[in-house]
Amino acid sequence: MNRGTFLRLMPLGFALALGIQACDSTNASNASNKIILTGSSTVAPLASEIAKRYEKENPGIRVDVQSGGSSRGIADVRQQVADIGMVSRSLNDQETDLKAFPIAKDGIAMIVHKDNPVGQLTEEQVIGIYTDKINNWRQLGGQDAPITVVNKAEGRSTLELFLKHFKLESPKIKADVVIGDNEQGIKTVAGNPNSVGYVSVGTAASQVQNGGPIKLLPLNGVSASLETVKDETFPLSRSLTLITKGTPNESQQKFLDFAQSQQVHDIVEEQYFVPLS
Amino acid sequence: MSMRRNHLTEPLMAAVVWCTAGVVTLILVWLVGDLVWQGGGQVNWTFLTTSPEKAGVEGGIAPILVSTGLILTVCMAVATPLGLGTAILLTEFSSQAGPFGRAVRLSLDILAGVPSIVFGLFGNALFSKRLGLGFSILSGGLTLACMVLPILIRSVQEGLQAVPQDYRRSSAALGLSRTATLGTLILPAAMPGIMVGLLLGIGRAIAETAALIFTSGYVDRMPSSLFDSGRSLSIHIYDLATNIAGGEPHAYATALVLMGTLILINGGVSWLAHRFRQSRLQVI
Amino acid sequence: MSLYRSDRNLVFVLQILSAISGAVLLLIVGFLLLETLPILQEIGWWRFFSDPAWYPTSQQFNITPMVVGTLLVTFGAVSLATPLGILSAIFCQYYAPTALATIYRRLIELLAGIPSVVYGFWGLVVLVPIIGRLHPPGPSLLAGILILAVMILPTVMLVTDSSLTAIPDHYWTGSQALGLGTWATVRGVCLPAARSGLITGVMLATARALGETLAVLMVCGNIVQVPQQVFDPVRTLTANIALEMAYALEQHRAALFVSGLVLMIGVTLLVLLSELIQPQS
Repeated sequence: MNRGTFLRLMPLGFALALGIQACDSTNASNASNKIILTGSSTVAPLASEIAKRYEKENPGIRVDVQSGGSSRGIADVRQQVADIGMVSRSLNDQETDLKAFPIAKDGIAMIVHKDNPVGQLTEEQVIGIYTDKINNWRQLGGQDAPITVVNKAEGRSTLELFLKHFKLESPKIKADVVIGDNEQGIKTVAGNPNSVGYVSVGTAASQVQNGGPIKLLPLNGVSASLETVKDETFPLSRSLTLITKGTPNESQQKFLDFAQSQQVHDIVEEQYFVPLS
Repeated sequence: MSMRRNHLTEPLMAAVVWCTAGVVTLILVWLVGDLVWQGGGQVNWTFLTTSPEKAGVEGGIAPILVSTGLILTVCMAVATPLGLGTAILLTEFSSQAGPFGRAVRLSLDILAGVPSIVFGLFGNALFSKRLGLGFSILSGGLTLACMVLPILIRSVQEGLQAVPQDYRRSSAALGLSRTATLGTLILPAAMPGIMVGLLLGIGRAIAETAALIFTSGYVDRMPSSLFDSGRSLSIHIYDLATNIAGGEPHAYATALVLMGTLILINGGVSWLAHRFRQSRLQVI
Repeated sequence: MSLYRSDRNLVFVLQILSAISGAVLLLIVGFLLLETLPILQEIGWWRFFSDPAWYPTSQQFNITPMVVGTLLVTFGAVSLATPLGILSAIFCQYYAPTALATIYRRLIELLAGIPSVVYGFWGLVVLVPIIGRLHPPGPSLLAGILILAVMILPTVMLVTDSSLTAIPDHYWTGSQALGLGTWATVRGVCLPAARSGLITGVMLATARALGETLAVLMVCGNIVQVPQQVFDPVRTLTANIALEMAYALEQHRAALFVSGLVLMIGVTLLVLLSELIQPQS
């Protein structure tokens, strides 16, 4: 009998729960002391740390950082789902409706396994490798082994920049492995002595620092490091950017100012990016 | 002839069965051993009770543990009544359920195959946007509830079907209502099956990543209510493993904590199931 | 059979609960259709199977290689995990001493709860390099099959185990009394009696393998191609969604929802198939 009553009460509880949710939801997200950021997975950890420090210095204000991808950051800001978007590149010509606030710089470096005797690649060689005209390390002065080409997934900013720099088109690339985020690329290259890939300079440099079995290859004779990204001699670099739709309001502007200020340079460096001077 | 074949088959199959068990154990020990080896040194009281710093490379996982607990609670609080109710209707009252029951059963079977990432997109559209819950623990929990429903229902059904028909017949012969039979006889007897269902459900929910990225979100601060965004353990592992430079040690450590939590839940649930069955049987 | 009033109330409540459970699928399907209708109206179904390749940002939408990839990975994993899972359950029920069986069951339950991310992570740093040494590049169909097989094994094992537990004891004692050996009893009596549970377990495992995303994404190499051998990399439909969804806009995004829809159709076919082979109770 008891069980019968219990069973009868369950849906009631469920309906009640839904009702409560519906009532409460209206004041959950629209509070003016809450700023929502969405977008690039490269920027998200950095923005998240900046947000934490900002919250500490400005009690009562909440900054929520959500990951996803550059395109999502743009889409969310346009639809006003998010207050601020994060993109791991500069804005292009079709995005003039948005305002950009760069917060750091980053480069994209070619990486190979530490044991690979090949010490550098020219742009022509990179293009040759990625279009399958060069498919054995012997052709580049290395060991007699097939090249495992690691490429980024369609739609990622890193891929877009890589294609643009080498004037390649996606359908021409013949890859052996396609990866998502930076660390996955590094783990793939670290696990295969005959592979070549391209990832964020900072992420790769930090791996080398921690003894990861990879090495960064110079590009056009310029070594890939945070220093060359900083003095802008490294040819393949990008800026990490916060974006808003139109002019930001007062509390958003205050956060954006903070994110671009000297006060967060140590956080930027901690995350292996280059602060803007 | 058949006896002679029997003499060969029996020890052979015994060997095969033991070997299988050995191989599976080996794989497990390899996997878990690797996790313990790499992550064991990191897990201590400070790791469990402090907040993450430097995107998780330093500090601990306290807020992430709390968020995970809340997401799971919401998920199971919604999925358990729905799952139990549906399973009981489909199994015990199948004659009353009719074509409606068949449709529900079919839809659940299909639901079981919907990839978790699709659940994530669906949850994002329905709970986060349409119902206005935003990135919140509630959105995440409700999305997971939808996801674990089929696995929960199928296992509970198996448990109920396993109860001998004699129970139902003799109880009906005594003039007991089906409701009473269900509460006093069938459910206690089906407890092991129900618990397996709950376990599988929790296991699936606690391990889920793809469905949560778009619903409960990425924020690694201590949640103050169910409407806050909260990062789950699995998302933390995913982020540390594929997106954070130098995140590997804490990815291992978090994975270890996640497994430890699961062992605790498993142990607790099977202890409860045991207790429940005994006390019920004594009443009868 | 007539019902008591309390029973009628109960049935009413149960029907509401079931309706909610059933409605979830309708919501998801409706939502998928809503997202895919524009692109299907614009370019139609056929282009998803007849285009030269998958370059969604260049207006090429062929998903056939990914359908093949999904099928191969799933089939491979299920045909590996099914015997291992069933034999594991038999081990627990009929061969192992009680204490060992309990420990083994706990181990498998543990295996069931390891997040797919951890499997993927482990596969990427341990399994893939091993395969890479055997036969480069490493991330491959084989890696996906092996990781998925380990992941779905607990599902097969636990469901089989619980349905074997449910077999009345006198089946076992009767068979023993006839002088049949352990294996003969298992094969001739227990497995047939637990057939419905076995099929359920395999079905759930197949569904899990079909839907698994992140582990597969991390170990399969994600090249859009029909593999010629097990060492070739493949991309599954789920990995396709996960890899590109966060970055996709407009038609590209809609094309990914078509991947999801195709996956749903596949699952539906699978379920209808199992309805046919499942013994009706």
